[in-house]
Amino acid sequence: MHKKISLTVNGTKRSVEIDERESLLEVLRDKLGLTSVKQGCGVGECGACAVLIDGTSIDSCIYLASWADGKDIRTVEGLEVDGKLSDVQQAFVDEGAVQCGFCIPGFVISATELKESGKDYTREEIRRALSGHLCRCTGYQKIVEATEKSLKKK
Amino acid sequence: MYDIGKYREATTVEEALRYLGDDLDSIAIAAGSDVLIKIREGKLSGASLVSIIKIEELKKVTIDGEGDIHIGPVVSFTQLEEDAIIKEHINYLGQAGGTMGGPQLRNIATIGGNVCNGVTSADSGSTLVCLNAQLVLTSEGGQRMVPIQEFYLGPGKVDLKPGELLTDIIIRKEDYAGYEGKYTKFAQRKSMDIATIGCAVMIKKSGNKIEDLRLGYGVASPTPVRCPKTEAFAKGLELTKENARAIGEKALEDVSPRDSWRGSKAYREQLIKVLAERAIIDIAEVGGE
Repeated sequence: MHKKISLTVNGTKRSVEIDERESLLEVLRDKLGLTSVKQGCGVGECGACAVLIDGTSIDSCIYLASWADGKDIRTVEGLEVDGKLSDVQQAFVDEGAVQCGFCIPGFVISATELKESGKDYTREEIRRALSGHLCRCTGYQKIVEATEKSLKKK
Repeated sequence: MYDIGKYREATTVEEALRYLGDDLDSIAIAAGSDVLIKIREGKLSGASLVSIIKIEELKKVTIDGEGDIHIGPVVSFTQLEEDAIIKEHINYLGQAGGTMGGPQLRNIATIGGNVCNGVTSADSGSTLVCLNAQLVLTSEGGQRMVPIQEFYLGPGKVDLKPGELLTDIIIRKEDYAGYEGKYTKFAQRKSMDIATIGCAVMIKKSGNKIEDLRLGYGVASPTPVRCPKTEAFAKGLELTKENARAIGEKALEDVSPRDSWRGSKAYREQLIKVLAERAIIDIAEVGGE
């Protein structure tokens, strides 16, 4: 069930040999070494594995790698430019939004989707947009504040 | 790695029907947020899958010359919520879909998948039964149209025959024009949760009277259901708080909730009454959503 797929990962065109039974999460972590993408629940409930697929946040654990053929995939590894953190990443650092850190790449991905939309969001809308992510340190307040701060920075 | 026995990917309906037809044990997989979970749990180990997520022709919402709305089964819940046609005519269906799971799931999970999975808690289910949705089921041999109420056969069971694919969800003009609606999901969390009770109400007003009322529930019976006795009872009643309460009470005659770890039968009965009552008052006062 092997086949070759072509995709853009963090701005670089890649051709990867995959097994059709593999999830995108497995390909990103095990074949491309992008370990910011975490496996948490494995059933699309915790959001730790979220990546941007054509700019939209999607849980990669329940997304077959085969579907990523021809798509543009972005992970946290691709957010910083020339050693400079993105606005979202910097806001998470500045606000102290990170506790154990396991859930953070997923949150940063969904926050980046909001940031790149260029729209304004109320606190309530930010909470809803981040509601597909679980933080078991329960540090939601700072995460929401960091997201809000990054969105305000134009 | 998922325990998938056979995997084929279709990019057109024709191709999907050919794959489904030449292996009658195969299952269509759209976004996989139900199918992959079942495979992981061992309930569909070794399944033969036909992927339909890349079929662009099934990802559109359109309105035809008669005013009937066609929802492609591979339309995602995010797309449904943001679609201009849905917003204009049946915003409450988009809103119902917007209560399902969380953002990343809604970005991919499809309305057709929600229907074909056949569970009573499907957040689109109670609104779709109220809208009297007509499902177009296509196979290599032909096509048939089934009202969604008849499509639901039991918990997790739907009238989808081997080789068939859901290719269109039709909301006829007569089933939405003039109605206002509201879906209320009652769950323990605001996100990533399954409804304890889902309640859909549609009302066509005539002055301050109910010309027609449609009431549907999820998790109140083994499948999403309409409430025919209550709907007949409500016809012609004035839109008052007392009548809203009476309609909610009456709804208990149409449903058969059960005890589960998510909530007791008694708790569900209370929700069935109160959610209908509140939604009717909301629609009467602010005109639904």
